[in-house]
Order: sequence, then C-alpha cells, then structure tokens
Amino acid sequence: MDDFIELDGVEKVFEVRRRTGFLRRTRTEVRAVDGISFRVARGEMVGYIGPNGAGKSTTIKMLTGILVPSGGRLRVAGIDPSRERTRLARRIGVVFGQRTTLWWDLPLRDSYGLVRRMYRIPDARYRANLDRCVELLDLGALLDVPVRQLSLGQRMRGDIAAALLHDPEVLYLDEPTIGLDVVSKAKVREFLRDVNAERGTTVLLTTHDLTDIEQLCKRVMVIDHGRLVHDGALDGLHAIGESERMLVVDLERELPPIDGILGARTVKVEGPRQWLAFAATRSAAPVVAAVAERYPLVDLSVREPDIEEVIARMYAGRASL
Amino acid sequence: MAEPRPRRLSAPYEGVRAYCLVVGMWVRSTMAYRTSFVMMALGNFVVTALDFAAILIMFSHIDTLGGFTLAEVAFLYGTTSTSFGLADLVLGNMDRLGRRVRDGTLDTLLVRPAPVLAQVAADRFALRRLGRISQGALLLVWSLVRLDIAWTPVKVLLVPVMLVSGALIFGAVFVAGAAFQFRANDASEVQNAFTYGGTTMLQYPPTVFATDLVRGVTFVIPLAFVNWLPALRILGRENPLGLPGWVDFASPAVALACCALAGLAWRSGLRGYRSTGS
Repeated sequence: MDDFIELDGVEKVFEVRRRTGFLRRTRTEVRAVDGISFRVARGEMVGYIGPNGAGKSTTIKMLTGILVPSGGRLRVAGIDPSRERTRLARRIGVVFGQRTTLWWDLPLRDSYGLVRRMYRIPDARYRANLDRCVELLDLGALLDVPVRQLSLGQRMRGDIAAALLHDPEVLYLDEPTIGLDVVSKAKVREFLRDVNAERGTTVLLTTHDLTDIEQLCKRVMVIDHGRLVHDGALDGLHAIGESERMLVVDLERELPPIDGILGARTVKVEGPRQWLAFAATRSAAPVVAAVAERYPLVDLSVREPDIEEVIARMYAGRASL
Repeated sequence: MAEPRPRRLSAPYEGVRAYCLVVGMWVRSTMAYRTSFVMMALGNFVVTALDFAAILIMFSHIDTLGGFTLAEVAFLYGTTSTSFGLADLVLGNMDRLGRRVRDGTLDTLLVRPAPVLAQVAADRFALRRLGRISQGALLLVWSLVRLDIAWTPVKVLLVPVMLVSGALIFGAVFVAGAAFQFRANDASEVQNAFTYGGTTMLQYPPTVFATDLVRGVTFVIPLAFVNWLPALRILGRENPLGLPGWVDFASPAVALACCALAGLAWRSGLRGYRSTGS
C-alpha cells in the first residue's frame, strides 16, 4: 500500500536507424533502460543520479506516462502511467529543469492562472497554495513581472511553484538546480525540503549536483547504462565508490608537500596552494584541524567528489573484483 | 485513494476547453506587443489582397478565365480563402509540432491533464490570421452581390455548408501534416504544399487546370470538395470531370471522412512518438 511508485523489470528499448549509405540503413537497438526495479514509498525523497545518457530522463518520461515502456511493470499511485496519462497528470507535478512551462511574455501570475483552470483547482485551495509558494520561494515581487525578464533562478522558482499549485502527490524534478547561483540553489533546496516534510509530497529528483542529494535525499539511486547500480544511502555510494573529497589549502608561502596527516594524502602542489584528498565518508574537520595545527593556513575550501567520477570509480571497483 | 476520481468529462469537451484556455494565453501574449500585432494583421490583409490584385490584373487583359467571369472567380476565391482562413486560424500553427518534438518541449504538454492535440493546435495562436478570413469574406460578399444566380433554398444552404466543410478538409490536412511530423521532423513544407498550395489552386476555376490535376484533387487529396464541386453547382456550371450530380453535395461527408483519417493519423503519430521519444 505504501509503495507509491513501483517498477518491476522496466525496460525501454529504442531502435535507432542510422544511414550507412545511400538508402541503406542499419538498425541498432539501444537499451536506454534495461530492466530496472525499485519501490518508492509515499513521502520519500529520492535522488536519481547517473551520467548523461544513463537513462535518467527516460525513466522519468515513463513515470509520467510520456513514454510507453517496452517491457516490465510500472505503477504510480496504482495507475499505469502510459495508459492513463491524462488522469495521472492531475496527481503529479513535473519540473523539467531546462524547459520552462511559464509564459514568456506574460506576468508570472498569468501562468499560474492557466494552471488553476487547466487543473480545475478550487479557488480556496489555489489561493492557499499560491500564497505559500510565494512566501517560501520569495516570488511576491515577481508575480507581475513578465517571465522573460526573470533570471534563471527566479524562473526555476516560478516553475517549481507552477508544478505544485494542484497539490501533486509526487513531484518529479529533472535537474532543478542546473545553472542556478548558490543563493537560488539554497532557496530551492529549502523549499523542496519543506514541501516534502509538510505535505508529505513524494519527490524524485535527478541532478548532477551531489550537494542536492546530500542536503535533500536520504536515499539515492544510481543508474548507469540503463541499469540500477546502487540503491541506498549516499554514504554507501561513497563507500562503494571509494570516492574522495578534496581539501584545497592556501598556505602562507611555498612549502614542500604536506605530509603526515592521518587519512589524507597530498595529490598536487602549485606554489602555496596544495590539494589533499581524503575519503568522502570522512568528516573534513579533523583533516582541516590537523593541517591548521602544523601549517601556516591562509584559506581553504573543500571540493565534493563529482558524480561522474564517483560512478566511474564504482565501475573501476566492480571491474577489479 | 486520496481524492474522489473527477467526473469523467467527454474528451471533445475537454479538448475544446483546453484549446480555449491556451488560445486565451496566446492572445494575451500577443497583446503584450500591441503595435506589432496591428502591423502583422494589416500585413496579412495586404498580402492576401495582393493575391486577388493579381487576378484583377489578369482580368484587365481578358474577359473570362477558363470560361469564368471575374465575379465567378471572386466567388471561388472568397470561398476557399474563407474556408482556409478558418482552418488556418484554428489550426495553422500545428506545423510547429516538429520543432517541439526536436527541442523536447512537447513533453511539457504531455504531462498536463488535457488532450495534446488541443494544446498543440492552440500553440502560438495568432489572431492576426483574422486578416485572411475577413478579406476572403469581403470578397465572397462582393461576388454574391455581383453574381446573377437563380437562388434556390438548396443553393443558399450549400454556401455555409461548403464553407464549413472546406474548413474541416483543410483542418484535416493540417492535423495529418502535423501527425506526419512526429516521424519526419521537418515535413512542414510538404504540408504547406497541400494547404497554402491547395488554397491558391482553388482560387482559380478548375477549367484552367489539366484534367489529371483536377482528378487528383478530387479523388486523391479531396481538395476539390472544399469549393470547386459545390461552387460549380451554385454557379450552374458543368462538372469538368463529368461526375454525377450528387457529388456536388458530398462535401460534408468527405470532410468528416478526412477528419476521421486525420484523427487516426494523429493517434498513430503520437503513439509512435511515445514509443520512440523522438
């Protein structure tokens, strides 16, 4: 009952025809999604990550009913999305990071008016939901501004609000923070956390930004070449992938490579700046403390492992087993 | 289930409703650039008027065209322009579908609780297209005043029936053309050949064209039913193909058949898109 999203061996096979000569074409099968099974409970917030072309978007398109699966069984809220796409549409919210649904030349408010009428949202509920989104996403000053004049971050916030006005039970976000500045990213994340906590909205988000996952999702699923290669906590992912975070320190002057820090090793030196790698599962604090204790520290930053790199390592690790 | 299942409303009603909602948004968007709208509407009117000016110039050198007088040609011109204008106003931007397929924005329409056909049909709705209709209608009225027709109730009724059937036939071509764009992304030129090309042809009497062409637009792509066949009856002219008389009244049936075929083509196109995603 609590399994809100159910996938059992879901497949999506595309047939790609390529011109190989005059009038001659060869057909190749591309298995974009190659037998994926998972369950998402109502109210869960799950990260769905993987390199470009891994099958993330294809999965989202099947979950929303845009694409018809080639095989397997798929249910969202007990509904088969591809068969009852329009009926399901009232119960889901979708944000495609790079494709806005807002009306370019009209004030933001007008786009919401269309949503209200198209989804037949009762007046009271519409007003309550809009007020909430306006408050939490800081849209008050933007409602009467034509969308074309909004910044990317403002537009993304506007798009997220548009997807939530009809109280969807599940929200799919495809790269919701792509191209946003730090402030906008933080605002979006905070809002998503609120929505999930207060309304119990199930959230499934794809992203390239591991920070999104770290701050939002207890659970992360990794897809690569159409297969699910990890389903569990983010920490687990780091452990499996043996991924490393990078501590970048600026010292007062050029010094020989930093040595003798427990659990960290210096991988690069460039003048007074040095790079120390340490396991992503460890906290940065003791490493920073140890360096600061013995070296004249001017500035520092910590870089999170890149998602592609983590997955690449996972594969390298699996291959060597 | 969290909420009661909404009342099941008929798909045509939902489609028309969604269409009107989206059209309303486009009209408002257009009004954000008022001057540009006025200029475009005027431009549209002038361009279509130039078409007819070409015919006028022709008639300044000859008395009849293929045996048809100026008023008769104006009647043909007015009927096809009005029919085409109606279809063009309602569905004219469906050829943008190819672009939506290519840049992936069609997906944003597919996740809404409204028929996709209605949303695509309303895409970039352009009020300036009223220019073509008003010009066609003006000409039609002018020709009706000038023509010396022995009006019977049947002939009177045939005029609106012809206009609506014509609009439906052109509309079906628009929809079928768009459906084809699911597969061949840039097929809009082929579709234009039938729509814009078709209406230009129908402005002239069928007698100026080769019989094979007339046969083609009667039996293959039934554009002749837009105005030629019923108009010949109204004008009291011979059918150039010597077809039986009832054919002149077949336009509504042909229009419905075209719409049904276009609907099937659309469904198959959409199904194809949803299984390939491109």
